[in-house]
Parts: sequence; structure tokens; C-alpha cells
Amino acid sequence: MSRYLLSRVMQLIPVLFIISLVVFAIMHVLPGDPAELMLAGAEGGAITPERLMELKEQMGLNDPLVVQFGRFIGGALVGDLGESIRFRTPVTELILDRFGSTIALSLGGLFISLAVGLPLGMLAAVRQNSWIDVFAMGFAYVGASMPVYWVGLVMILLFSFNLGWFPPAGADSWRSLVLPAMTLGIVSAGVISRLIRSSMVEVLSEDYIRAARAKGLGERLILWRHGLKNAMIPVITMLGLQFGAMLAGAVVIETVFSRPGIGRLVVSAILQKDYPLVQGCIVFLAAVYLLVNLLVDLAYAWLDPRIRYGA
Amino acid sequence: MPAAVLSFEDQPVRQVRKFQWLRVFARNKGAVLGAILLVFWAIVAILGPAIAPHDPLAMISRPRRPPSAEFWLGTDLLGRDLLSRILVGAQISLQLGVISVVMGGVPGVLIGLIAGYVGGRVDTLLSRFIDALLALPSILLALVIIAALGPSIRNVMIAVGIATMPLYARLVRSSVLSIKELPYVEAARVVGNPTWRIMFFHVLVNAYAPVLVLSTLQVGNAILIGSGLSFLGLGAQPPTPEWGLMSAEGREVLNRAWWISTFPGFAILSVVVACNLVGDGLRSALDPRMRMER
Repeated sequence: MSRYLLSRVMQLIPVLFIISLVVFAIMHVLPGDPAELMLAGAEGGAITPERLMELKEQMGLNDPLVVQFGRFIGGALVGDLGESIRFRTPVTELILDRFGSTIALSLGGLFISLAVGLPLGMLAAVRQNSWIDVFAMGFAYVGASMPVYWVGLVMILLFSFNLGWFPPAGADSWRSLVLPAMTLGIVSAGVISRLIRSSMVEVLSEDYIRAARAKGLGERLILWRHGLKNAMIPVITMLGLQFGAMLAGAVVIETVFSRPGIGRLVVSAILQKDYPLVQGCIVFLAAVYLLVNLLVDLAYAWLDPRIRYGA
Repeated sequence: MPAAVLSFEDQPVRQVRKFQWLRVFARNKGAVLGAILLVFWAIVAILGPAIAPHDPLAMISRPRRPPSAEFWLGTDLLGRDLLSRILVGAQISLQLGVISVVMGGVPGVLIGLIAGYVGGRVDTLLSRFIDALLALPSILLALVIIAALGPSIRNVMIAVGIATMPLYARLVRSSVLSIKELPYVEAARVVGNPTWRIMFFHVLVNAYAPVLVLSTLQVGNAILIGSGLSFLGLGAQPPTPEWGLMSAEGREVLNRAWWISTFPGFAILSVVVACNLVGDGLRSALDPRMRMER
């Protein structure tokens, strides 16, 4: 197991490096001058060429791109992602301030997605081709085809304005987490339920299920202990990918529900051309996503020994 | 080499009729429904301005009028006819979907073809990049590109296209890897075809099916991502009648004028469902393994 762990961690490093390189290259090769923007934002009025040169020198923008990239990577390794142009504070600080809120949202979304998708997928598998199966299938289809911001707006309309159950915006209590988490959860519940259905259908046709039935076990016990446990293996891998969908969804949903999080931070950073902040947020989100998937893979290898030895 | 490919002697030669996949496709109710919906939206996109009852940019009425006989879907914040805006907006969304797919598909297919066919170090290098990019949710990559290029609908098409490029590259690479080992490719090489000719006319043409399926599904996906970016203010700019932007415009008055934000969403939903239905239908019609199961 420790060898598998080591090899998986080692695989992560080049991937993160290439992602940082691509993000850095896109941000720096394309036109746009951070120093100029910084001056325009801070001092207004006329920008003197002398002041611009001075600032460029200070920010290291006159160095070759390779040197700048080296500095970015070197900093990132020790948790320094540069300084935001707009806030004039370290990017890492801005991100960490909002990280908790984004994680709470993603985990909440994942929870709802499982809470809805798991029973729906199981029911659809047990009662194949019944109305509940058709409903689950249709739900999965529609769920995957709805714009996530729109689901959020409909949620606000129904549960906030019409029923008054939950606040439409903010992040002050658990109640304000419910609607955004439900929005993210419903969109991905369809994917989860479809996966659980197909995985469960396959498992239920296995010999050991027939053996369990033959020895007279109750149907409920067969489903939960023998069926679901084995059907969950592909689902766990999927959870890692769905976590990425949650992070991506958070970018949009945090704006819909006015939640302070990394998603909203990155959107406002793009609108205000705060390049170091955009770059830092994206690389950070990518790293979180990769780490979560690593954890999922490790859990998977722990559950299923074939993975450990096969790889 | 997979045994199934070589053991054709022991199978009865089955006449493969032309367009058989079309027949399989037509038997799939969902796929046909999706195709009808798509054709409907394509016609709306082409005729949009002609069939719209009003000028989509003209402030012709009181703002925020609820749906009525005169304005079927009501009017928006500035008193523009919502139905006309949605009909004209179809053009923008379908263009967004198709153009992003072309922008991502063409370079993606080329990269996958080169990586798979040439192999060796070229493949290792390209595959590393493809895998790294695939490890990033595509909306994050699209955000970086928008950040660098600036918000506009044209840049959204570029961003979504580039962000989805690695999907095509991986798909084509894996098909090319198996196709290039087939006997007929070797035969083509033996009779002296130049490499580029084999790559394009012998290998690539036989890898079209999965690319077609992915492209169809990606049209829907691109519309979803693109409208999301417009919703955030990173795509189409006012007064463009883009569906995501229209939803964003209605957000502030959601409790007083629900129709402004909700109707454009139904339009997106129906287009994306249609793409997914057609994509899945094509998948089962074009995949010979799935055909035999029927």
C-alpha cells in the first residue's frame, strides 16, 4: 500500500507542474499589463512612464518569462501565490479566508447528491423498467442538461420567495447553505443515480447474489450488504470527479447566492483583471481537485485490493 | 491483436447495409425526439429575426409585464419582448455550441491523431499534456482563457473550445492506437501510400464514430458552460439577447418578475436535452457492439 501511495503522489507532481505552466503561459503570453492596471487602479490620473518602469522592475515583470515562472512555482511550493493587484494582500491569504465556505458548499452538494442519487439509483435497479426507473432516468437526463445557475434561481424562487423556508443569499448560518448545496446536489444526483443503477444491475446478476438468495437470505439484507457494498466501488471513484463538478459549480453558484467563496473571488478577479489573483485561485482549485481525487483513489485501492497489486 | 478482428472466417458474412445505423437510430424514441427538438431549434436559429413578433432590442412596452396574450412570455427589465429575445437568442447559443465544438474538435482530433499514429516520444509528450489538462475541470481552464482574452461571446467560444480540446485528443488517440494495427492499414502502407494519406484517409476516417458522438454531446455541454460564463458577466455583453445573460438580468427582480430569468433557462434545457438524446442515440446506433445486443 505504501508503495502504491508513493507512486500516486509522485504522479501528481508533473500534472500540477504542467497545469501551472499552462495557466501561467495563458496569463502571460496574451496581452495585458498588470503594472499598468495596478497604477491605473491605485493612482488614477496620468501614468508616467518612469513610474511604470519602476513598478515593473519592482514586480519583476521585466525579467524573462522563464524566470518569472520559476519565481511563481518556487513561491507556490512554499504557499506564496503572489500579491493581488486589487486587494494589495497576499493571494494565499485571500484564498484561505474563503476556502472554508467553498468546501462547505462542495461537501454539502456532494451530500445531497448522494442522499438523492443513492436511493433513486437503487430503486431504479431493483425495479428495472418500472415507472420509478423511467423517472430516475428522466431525472438524470434533465439534471445533467440544466444550467446550474438557473437551477439556483428556480430554487430561490420556490423555497425562498414563495415558501420562505431558506434565505436567498448570504453565508451566515447553515440555513443559507441549504439552497446552494441543494442546487449543486440535484444537478449531480442524476449522474450518481445512473451510475448506481448500472453498477447495481451488474452486481445483482453476480453468482454470489444468487448464492445469497439460494441460502435464503432476506431480500433487504442481500440488497444492502451484498449488493450495495459492491456496487459502491465505481461510485466512489465517481465521487472524486463529482467533487470537481462541485468546485466548478461553486464558481457559478457562489455568485447566484452571493456567498463569499473562491468561486466568486475568481469571477470578480477576472472582471477586474487582477491577474495574480486569477492565476493563484485556478492553480489552488486545481491542486485541491487533484488532491481529492488522489484521496479517492487511495480509498478505492484500500477497498479493492486488485487495484493496489494490479497497478 | 484482438482475436475478434481476425476470426472473421467462422462468422457468417453479414451484409452490412448502408445507413443501417440510421435505421437503428430511428428506432430509438428518445433519439428521434431529440433530433426533432434540435431541428426545431436550428430552424428557429435560422429564421429567428424573421419569426420574432417584435424587435428583440426595442423597448416596446412597460418593463416587467407578466406573460399575456400580447407578450406571450412577458417583457424584461427594459420592456423588451422576452419571446422575441429568446427566439433571436437561439442563433447565439447554437453558434456558441457548434463553433466551440469546431474550435476544440479540430485541434483536438489532430493532436490525438498525431500522438496515436506517430507514437514514441511525440506521444509521450503530447499525452502528458492531454492528461494534465484533463485533470482540470474544463470550466476552470475556460476561466483562465477568458481572464487573459477578456469577456466577450467570441472569447467564450474560443475558451470553451480550447478547454474541451483534450477530450477529443484522448478519444482519437485511443481509437487510432487500435486502428493503426489493423491489417488493412498495413496493406495501405505496403502499397506505398504516404504517411499523411494513411493518417487521414485510412485511420482517421475510421475513427469518426466516437468523435461524432462526443461532438454532439459537447454541443450541449458548450452551451451550458458558455451560458454560465455569460451569466457571470464573462461572456456576451448587454444588450445581446444571450440566454445566460438574460437569466442574469432577471436575477435582481426574481421575486417580482420570475419570468425574465426562468424562460431562457427552459430554452437552454431543451436544447441541451436534445443534444444529449441525439448523442446517446448516435452512440448506440454507431457502436456495433451495442447494435448486436438488440
